[in-house]
Amino acid sequence: MRLTAVDRRAASLGLHPGLPLANARAIVPALKVMAANGPADEKLLEAVADWCDGFTPFVALDPPHGLLLDVTGAAHLLGGEEKMLERIRADLKRQGFAVTGAIAGTAMAARALAHHRDGIIVPAGADGETVAPLPVEALNLDAVTTHAFRRAGLKTIGQAASRTRAELTARFGAGMVFALDTALGRAEAPISPRLPMPAYRAERRFAEPVVVQDVLLATVKFLAGRLSKLLEERGEGARRLDAVFFRADGAIRSIAVETGAPTRDPWVIERLFREKIDALADPIDPGFGFDLIRLEAARAEPCRAEAADFSAGEKEKKEIRFLADRLAARFGSHRVLAFRPNDTHIPEAAFVAVPAQYAEPATLEWERARGKQEAPRRPLRLLSPEPVSMLRSQDQMRFRWRNALHVARKVEGPERIAMEWWHALAPDRDYFRVEDEEGRRFWLYREGAVSWFLHGVFA
Amino acid sequence: MSAAHEKIAFLRATLAKAGPPEIRVPLGHVGADACLAGGLKKGALHEVFAIASHETAATGFTAALAARIGGPLLWIRQDYAALEHGELAATGFLELGLDPSRILLLRVPDVAGALRAASDALTCKALGTVVIEIVGAPKLLDLVAHRRLALGTAESGVTALLLRFGAEPDIGVAETRWCVRAAPSGEDEDWGRPVFDAALTRNRHGPPGQWAMEWSCDDGEFRPADPGAVVSAPADRPAQAAMAQASAA
Repeated sequence: MRLTAVDRRAASLGLHPGLPLANARAIVPALKVMAANGPADEKLLEAVADWCDGFTPFVALDPPHGLLLDVTGAAHLLGGEEKMLERIRADLKRQGFAVTGAIAGTAMAARALAHHRDGIIVPAGADGETVAPLPVEALNLDAVTTHAFRRAGLKTIGQAASRTRAELTARFGAGMVFALDTALGRAEAPISPRLPMPAYRAERRFAEPVVVQDVLLATVKFLAGRLSKLLEERGEGARRLDAVFFRADGAIRSIAVETGAPTRDPWVIERLFREKIDALADPIDPGFGFDLIRLEAARAEPCRAEAADFSAGEKEKKEIRFLADRLAARFGSHRVLAFRPNDTHIPEAAFVAVPAQYAEPATLEWERARGKQEAPRRPLRLLSPEPVSMLRSQDQMRFRWRNALHVARKVEGPERIAMEWWHALAPDRDYFRVEDEEGRRFWLYREGAVSWFLHGVFA
Repeated sequence: MSAAHEKIAFLRATLAKAGPPEIRVPLGHVGADACLAGGLKKGALHEVFAIASHETAATGFTAALAARIGGPLLWIRQDYAALEHGELAATGFLELGLDPSRILLLRVPDVAGALRAASDALTCKALGTVVIEIVGAPKLLDLVAHRRLALGTAESGVTALLLRFGAEPDIGVAETRWCVRAAPSGEDEDWGRPVFDAALTRNRHGPPGQWAMEWSCDDGEFRPADPGAVVSAPADRPAQAAMAQASAA
């Protein structure tokens, strides 16, 4: 067992990460040890990264405890790079983290500087000279390579860079040269952000955090208006929208709504969020208020021109779709269902109830089991087959279902329905329509010779 | 004096214009339509109570009413209703003459959700009917809830059908209330057409009644059941049974 992290006091006593626990105990007998929890650390880092999304959409994880933020074009929103760095560091410190940070031309340079020269902001083009005095460890290479540098007498990045590239490549490989180049700002290594950048986003920052829910919704509507303009320019509508609420104390709440058809009407969007927020099992806790609200269209699709919607049928369809969206926002899209036919004669599989929001127009036609002017051949309510005990005599059929005895007045059958052999080795079913003395009409089937099941009830 | 009269007459005329015109949908069954002053009122709340163990008959009757009213149909039902009474089958609706692709099915976790969804859906003028299927007699479904539904229907013109299982009819503000059970189908060779023993026990604009109604799946209308079919006079509703005989005569 080795130490993975030490606090300041332990460090001052000469302990450092990587030290075997036994050695550490020998140095400091009164050592307090806590088991490392890697997954929890990762989760925490993710949470901090979520929080950093408030500053720039491009946030990449740099485990075990680093984050890389691409602040290109985002710094001016907070009044410049200096203020931004100061704010991030101060806010994180307030949340109880030990923070070091730096801004530089490339991610690797910033990374190296953050570890060794906290708080520095490198002017454009000065990456090389700033990074040069740092020790080679700052390159974050593997231990063997770092050790090899040290043995070769190359103690700083600058010294390493002074060697010719051919020498370095021959000795340490091309990967090392690339790492060196990116650290010195000679090459660009793009960071891989955690989240894909949505094509459409709008956000609003508040000088004073907002608490009232109506203000939140009004803001969502305002942002939806801005988003709507962007969407309209490209002839698209949103299918999925995320509203992200950044709380002043660092907590983040993200709420998503989906629509059945491309939408860009701010009023509709606000209504969907209202439904969703109303129905949340854990309501939005404003705490001390939100200082940033962002609306993103996470998925957008081309949408036909609004002018095509004048015909009555189209308008009706649109209204129904909006209703389905509202209900889906409140109850979840898996609860708002539309029926589609299925190409099989197995009764329970002949139709499917699919989420209405995602339902494609049916490609199959509905097919009736009955002929014209005939009585229904399929029940209105289908049960999962329930066993019944059948008492059959010469001229009468009686069966017991759910503790009640039904005497058949009329029986018709059998209608044989063969199971699909390529799905399962189920026996074929012989279906009977049965009407009892009170007029209730049941759908029973026989499997094999003696097993009877009740599968549905007719109207 | 006459000026005041004129004014009142003018106001009445304005009111008559402002209110939605009353639309009644004939069911096709002559006796019932006569009782209902022409048919089932559109844009109103109607209740259908299922007699115990005749839930599917009541479901079919409700579906048939919705088919008469026409337009897209939203069917709201609770999660566990499917376990007890069976899942609604699209093929079953199709056999009854309803187009399953015009049906939107909403599964809600509880009664509060059902009522909430219903009041939202009743604002959607594109819908024809909203069916609210409620099992048991929940406290939430009180007079206020009934009234709210009725108001919603009146404002939008969408018809609400409240389908009740395992509940005794009590207070209510519904336009009509039906107690439905299955009735034996005709004696012909192709038996099994849906026949309902439907008792109209509450009718705000007419007398109650009871009829054996057959639903014609092909023509999409009710008609008097085969005279050969016998409607059992329910022992638990003597007064209404007598009424039914009177109105059937």
